[in-house]
Amino acid sequence: MVNTGDVSSNPGKTSTLIYKYMRPEHLPHIWCPGCGNGIIMRDVVQAIENLGLSRNKTVIVSGIGCSSRAAGYLDFNTIHTTHGRAIAFATGIKLANPELEVIVLAGDGDISAIGGNHLIHAARRNIGITVVVFNNEIYGMTGGQYSPTTPRGDYGTTAPYGNFDRSFDIAGLAYGAGASYAARGSAYHVQQTISLIQEGIRHQGFSIIDVASVCPTYYGRKNKKGSAVDMMRWQKENSVTQEQANRMTPEELRGKLIIGLLHQVQYPEYTYEYEKLINRLAKEREDNE
Amino acid sequence: MGKTVLMQGNEACVEGALAAGMRLYAGYPITPSTEIAELSALRLPQEGGKFIQMEDEIASIACAIGASVAGVKSMTATSGPGFSLKQENIGYACLAEIPLVIVDVQRTGPSTGMPTSPAQGDVMMARWGTHGDHPIIVLCPSSVKETYDLTVRSFNLSEKYRTPVILLMDEIIGHLREGMELPDPEELEIIDRPTVRFPEPKRLPYHMKKGQTVPAMAPFGCGQRYNITGLIHDETGFPTNSHEEAEKLMYRLMHKISDNYDDIVRSEERNTEDADTLIVCYGGTMRAATEAMERAREKGMKVGIFRPITIWPFPERELKKLSGKVKKILVAEHNYGQIVLEVERIVKNDCKVDFIGKVNGTVITPDELVKKLEEAE
Repeated sequence: MVNTGDVSSNPGKTSTLIYKYMRPEHLPHIWCPGCGNGIIMRDVVQAIENLGLSRNKTVIVSGIGCSSRAAGYLDFNTIHTTHGRAIAFATGIKLANPELEVIVLAGDGDISAIGGNHLIHAARRNIGITVVVFNNEIYGMTGGQYSPTTPRGDYGTTAPYGNFDRSFDIAGLAYGAGASYAARGSAYHVQQTISLIQEGIRHQGFSIIDVASVCPTYYGRKNKKGSAVDMMRWQKENSVTQEQANRMTPEELRGKLIIGLLHQVQYPEYTYEYEKLINRLAKEREDNE
Repeated sequence: MGKTVLMQGNEACVEGALAAGMRLYAGYPITPSTEIAELSALRLPQEGGKFIQMEDEIASIACAIGASVAGVKSMTATSGPGFSLKQENIGYACLAEIPLVIVDVQRTGPSTGMPTSPAQGDVMMARWGTHGDHPIIVLCPSSVKETYDLTVRSFNLSEKYRTPVILLMDEIIGHLREGMELPDPEELEIIDRPTVRFPEPKRLPYHMKKGQTVPAMAPFGCGQRYNITGLIHDETGFPTNSHEEAEKLMYRLMHKISDNYDDIVRSEERNTEDADTLIVCYGGTMRAATEAMERAREKGMKVGIFRPITIWPFPERELKKLSGKVKKILVAEHNYGQIVLEVERIVKNDCKVDFIGKVNGTVITPDELVKKLEEAE
């Protein structure tokens, strides 16, 4: 059945969110049946609802790829930028108007391959934006090429003999680069992911929530992972919390999905520091006059 | 009346930008444009603005576009290698109609080339560097004072036409120090983009009302929620695959510049009234050309100068008026022949077109120009 966006005959929690925060006239979305991206988009919106953010003061920035189409479906100030550059655009928006809540939605290729440099430097600066990664371990929009998060040995259209590259742990990468909030969620773990996103938005500083999506069309098919339901079931059965993971050996962690808060620390936020500088200079000038 | 100062071209660019209302600069260090970043870092927080040194050239322009989207006038500056890297996002700003100023202080290329040596090899890149057809405005100063004035003008045109404007400097002008009168900022004409003051439900963000040059822009956060994309979009701001809509958008983007030729295009003429020979030059080459013209005139040769100030769109109507009157045009530029192609296209068979260029990291001297003029006599 085609989702026309008209859910008035089926009132429920999700439909309320659609009317309040989405652009029903631009639905249905372009994502394949079984794709995890819709769940993650809903998680973001639920986190926004729970926090009571103003739509007028919230900005959604995306790059290029399947997940980046989310920006167009959401009824906020939305900007669909160039491939890999969402964080750099978001940095400019946040600097120009620090009152805005700036949320970046990006895929794994977008944020950790072509945009990897912006990710680590925004983390280092601790600029107050929130990045939600729709991590499906593949380039979906271009038809299933391996990405920086495709597990070693797995297949993609550009890895017909299996992929030699080691994969990135995106949340770990951002943590290593200085992100003051780093967490992992999954499409299956809806409640946990919502609360991780919520806390990430509330956090003063650079936050990243790396959410495992599922791509049955490309990653799943190329790697014989079964149906979308099978892939979601895999997430359920193979995930461990960050607390559990801290007590496990690398051997025991192999093939596991670690979810939860990886790291949170309070550190001065970039635009706040800049405003302080501007105020200091203004005061010095006043004192001198 | 402003005060007289000794100033470098790069410094004049920053002061002009501040006077025009720049309140965000995002950049990456690169010779010979670095002084623009350094002075912006010092001056912007004094004026309540912000400077950020980004991780690379691409991030710099992306950050500047982001700031503009949030309603703040922004600029980034670079040189050849960085200008190459910025190209994709220049196209984004053209298509999404985001005002900003990009400064390219040209140096000798290709590749890393000769970082502290002058050249004018980016003229065609400034026109065509980003992929796809797109409109562009490029201004080219030939003195420190003009750098100040054209930086203000770059902001004004970018705001008025909601389009990126490239200030195409070169190492000669960027590093040149000369006296200039710093205008009183109060006396400058400063143009701000047409802005949505009162958010309206269901407003079409890319719909042009009668009499508008461009649709008014809503800064993010003002209460007018809408979508910006680098995909071909219709008036709603959302992507479309409609060929009619694509055609309509491209037509509007190209024509908002070409239909306003008189407002955008500027050129300078010297001694063209009686000239039978015309030197066509721009930016740093103007300095040697002026000297060469004077020496040639002392020798009795009737030499004039035509200098595009707006280099894209090229002042073709003005050049066409002159090409019918002169016997010969000598195009002088610090490259292997770029604007000469445009001159030949415009002039056709009106007169002879000759060329003198240089790509070895030095400048064309007045002597070389005079010799070239004499050769052809």
